Amino acid sequence: MSDGVEIEIPPRADYVSLVRLVVAAAVELAPSLEPSRIDDLRVAVSEATTNAIQAHIRSGCRGRVKVCCRCGDGKVLVTVRDDGGGFDVDALPEMPPPESPARLGRESGMGISIIRTLADGSSIDSGPQGTEVRFYFEQP
Amino acid sequence: MSVTIHRREQAPWTVLRVGGDLDVVGAPEVRQAVVTAVSDGSRLVVLDLSALDFVDSFGIGAVVGALKRLRQRGGDLAVVCPVPRIRRVFEICDLDRILALHDSVDDATEVQRAGRGSVPRRP
Repeated sequence: MSDGVEIEIPPRADYVSLVRLVVAAAVELAPSLEPSRIDDLRVAVSEATTNAIQAHIRSGCRGRVKVCCRCGDGKVLVTVRDDGGGFDVDALPEMPPPESPARLGRESGMGISIIRTLADGSSIDSGPQGTEVRFYFEQP
Repeated sequence: MSVTIHRREQAPWTVLRVGGDLDVVGAPEVRQAVVTAVSDGSRLVVLDLSALDFVDSFGIGAVVGALKRLRQRGGDLAVVCPVPRIRRVFEICDLDRILALHDSVDDATEVQRAGRGSVPRRP
């Protein structure tokens, strides 16, 4: 791994757009992903960063959320770490199918699913000390 | 960039043109704009996302909330979403199976006027 960027932000929602901007700019500087894949990367970064900020807010943690993006070894790897209370990765509720009336009752909870769909690979390590979300996009 | 919302009336529709970033910061503003439109008597709302730069699941959640609020009152929501990168997020969330995504406001309102329904209804 070589080029990249590391950011630490306060757990405030208005920093999410800054993280998207910085990560996308770092990836654009390194000749790597197609523009449409950078769009996907921005969405995935937004989901992971917002979840991390909300984890801090829920747990009352005032520490900083850490976002790292590395370009190299044929991929762009993003890691988002928080010090929130964690969650059970295996117990994430499934989204009701579009045909179900219950679908309109779910206005949140799509973020992890979106990351898994957009990225070429992802993993989540979560516990009482916090959560680390890692995902990568393969370079062509 | 934060979200921008411009409202205009195109009877019987209320058109909310949303620009900027529809994320965790912008979503509450869109929710409030729909709540205000409904409280003003609007039952048919177009969310025009032609000028949107970015959307994530929090923005999608605001759209789902708008659709629910309007349908609960016998109304409906149409979404104008001609930008592929924005449309892609809707499709990932299967929202294109709940509501129709139109290429223009005229397209959205014309479909309704022709009586073909603006959105795919559930069985």
